[in-house]
This record gives sequence, C-alpha cells and structure tokens, in this order.
Amino acid sequence: MSESQIAEAELHAYVDGALPAARAAEIEAYLSGHPEDAARVSAYREQLAALRREFNPVLDEPLPRRLQMPRGSWRRLLPRYAAVVAWITLGGVIGWQLHGYNNASPRAEGTAWARRAAIAHAVYSPEVRHPVEVGADQEAHLVAWLSKRLGTQLKVPHLGNLGYSLVGGRLLPGERGPVAQFMYQDGKGQRLTLYVRINPDEGSESAFLFAQEQGVGVFYWLDRKLGYALSGAADRSELLRVANSIYSQLNP
Amino acid sequence: MSDHESLITQHIPRLRRYARALTGERSAADDLVQDTLERALSRFHLWRQGSDLRAWLFTIMHNIYVNQVRSRMRHPQEPLDDSAADELRAREPDWGELRDIEEALARLPGEQRSVLLLVGLEQFTYEEAARVLDIPLGTVMSRLSRGRERLRVILSGESRTTTLKVVK
Repeated sequence: MSESQIAEAELHAYVDGALPAARAAEIEAYLSGHPEDAARVSAYREQLAALRREFNPVLDEPLPRRLQMPRGSWRRLLPRYAAVVAWITLGGVIGWQLHGYNNASPRAEGTAWARRAAIAHAVYSPEVRHPVEVGADQEAHLVAWLSKRLGTQLKVPHLGNLGYSLVGGRLLPGERGPVAQFMYQDGKGQRLTLYVRINPDEGSESAFLFAQEQGVGVFYWLDRKLGYALSGAADRSELLRVANSIYSQLNP
Repeated sequence: MSDHESLITQHIPRLRRYARALTGERSAADDLVQDTLERALSRFHLWRQGSDLRAWLFTIMHNIYVNQVRSRMRHPQEPLDDSAADELRAREPDWGELRDIEEALARLPGEQRSVLLLVGLEQFTYEEAARVLDIPLGTVMSRLSRGRERLRVILSGESRTTTLKVVK
C-alpha cells in the first residue's frame, strides 16, 4: 500500500465506518505508523460519541403539544400515535421512572407489570376501529368472559360521574397469564385504560404508585387478589381522581 | 390518521434531535420541526412514493433553516434573537462535558455544522447528505473535514478535566 494514497476523505470514511473491511484494515495499519493522523481519528471518533451522548436523549423526550397538532387532523390522533411510536420504535423504555406515591416504595416486580400496562395503553388507545374486542354494549358478556379467563369475578368500575364512558375491553397476555384491559373515553375522545391482572401473591396490598413515561402516566396498586393499573395521557391529578373513584367502587 | 401522517410521524423524534443540535436551542428547534411538518404535510404530493422519506423531510428542514438564518441576518433585532440570548444566559452551569460539545458546535459555521450532524448524528451517507444539502459530494467532504478539524481544535482548548465527568 502506498501511504500517499490515503486521502483525507478516506480518513473520514474510516471514522464513519463507511469503508470496506479490507480498506479499513489498510488505514488501520497506516495509522499505527502515523500518530498525528491517529490522534485526529481518535478525536473525531470522540466527537461522534459526544454528539450522540448529547443529542440522542432528544429522541426519548415526550413531544411538546405543538408538535402533536400542527393541523386539525393531527389534533385528535397524533398524541396517542406519538406515544406508540415512542414506545415501540424507539427501542423500548429508556429511563422508565418510578415514583413512590404516598412514600410507598415500589418493588421491582411492581414496575414490570405497570410498564406492560402502559405499553398496552399506548398500543390500543389510539385504535380507531378496533379499540376493544368486546364493546360496552355487551358489558355483561364482557365481564363474564374476562372473569372466566382470569379465573376470578371481575367488576367493571363506572366512571360516568367523572365524564368517562366505558368503550369496552379486551383480553391480553400478561407475564403470568391472561390480563384484562378495560377502556374508557371522555367526551373529547381522550382515553384511559384499566389493566387488571391476578396478583402473584394473593393478599398483598399497596398504596397507589405512580409511573410515567413518554406522556403515559400510570397509577397502579395491588388490592388483595387483583392488581390494577390505570393508564392515560391525562395529567397526574386527573388520573389520581379517576384511580380514587375506581378504588372506592371496588372497595365499597 | 391518514397514511402519510403516520409515515411522517415516525420521523419526528429524529427531526427534533437534528434541529436541537443545529440550533442549539429547544424552542427554536421545535419551531423548526413544526414548520417542517407543516410544509411536509402540505406538499406531501410532491414526495415520490418509494423514495427515502427521511431524506425528503431533512431536505425540507434544511431549506427552512437556511431561509430563517438568512432572514434573521437581515433583521438582527428580531425577538427570536433576544429569546435565544436569554436562553443562553439562563443555561445551567454544570452540564460539564455535554455543554462543551454543544458550545463547540455553535462556534462552527452553519454549513459545516449541518454536514457534521447529518453524517455523525443522523448517519446519512455522504451521498445522502449531499442530496439533502443540495451540494456536490466533494463539498460535503471538505466541509466535513474542515468542521471536524475545527471542532477538534475548539474542544482541545477546553479544560480536559470535564471529560472525566459522569454523563448523566
């Protein structure tokens, strides 16, 4: 190899990993004998790493409202869709934050199912045509079916006094077996989902715990046999209001 | 949501990342993304099905950015500059290394910054970057070379202790 044939452009292509392996190996050999160029290459690589450290976190930031609604048609759908995109295509859940609510400390086991609940919310709540498997018009059937599959009698909370009507529900796979998801929506089409699963250790109870990621907030709690997770893009106080109502209906 | 809206939506996070790095400022970056999305939606019929949508969106963003920079240079007293200056003053002092690369970027000429970011951050090929910026391949290479070298000089002038900081 003639060293004079190493062009400046090739050094950059080397830094960017754009060279065929054979040529990259030649450049490597060249660099081992040319410390100044080697130092430059290493500085350029560090620039790349610093750029990515600095700016990649922007990918995971929740979108501000104005980017969710550049036009009328985006207004209804984009926030939810953006949540799904953020959850699914961005390669999972980085920086999932858990906050003990009422100073309760969540167990690791608790975080995993709350996250599943939030993902299920992000996946199904944007659905226009098929948000649920069984609609609210067949509520009795819905409850009987999901109760049978979970192996325990479920109750569907009614949230009409808070402005949310039942859309219906669906069966989902959980970590340990079937899980139920009930969906509600308010007059503006804003949706909440209630995720209900069987608790692995029956009889445990917890305070309300809160988690949030990519614009989806989740209040979740264990109530003896069942665990509940309420997810939505609504703000935290609104979610808490609904969670309180659900809790009191299930524990009259 | 219509198909083209959902197609475009997927690219919003990357457009935001590039805009943030390009402008160095959150609200200006999101303004740029918003303008880009609006223009892309209104001109979606001009996008050739099957061609690279991401490159098309970045091309739109680049054109808007260049026009904005030009018009700001003609009207240097506009409030956009004031708010940007306020934001600069309000920056927290303890960003360590992270701030260094951002400040160093801001000191590059815009044309070099665009090339560095398209190639380094967005990982466009040199040919793709040339198409997005509508410049010859050789110009991409020379801007890349000059930009990286200039960045290296700027960064090597900074305190080296900051590189030991934990990146949060």
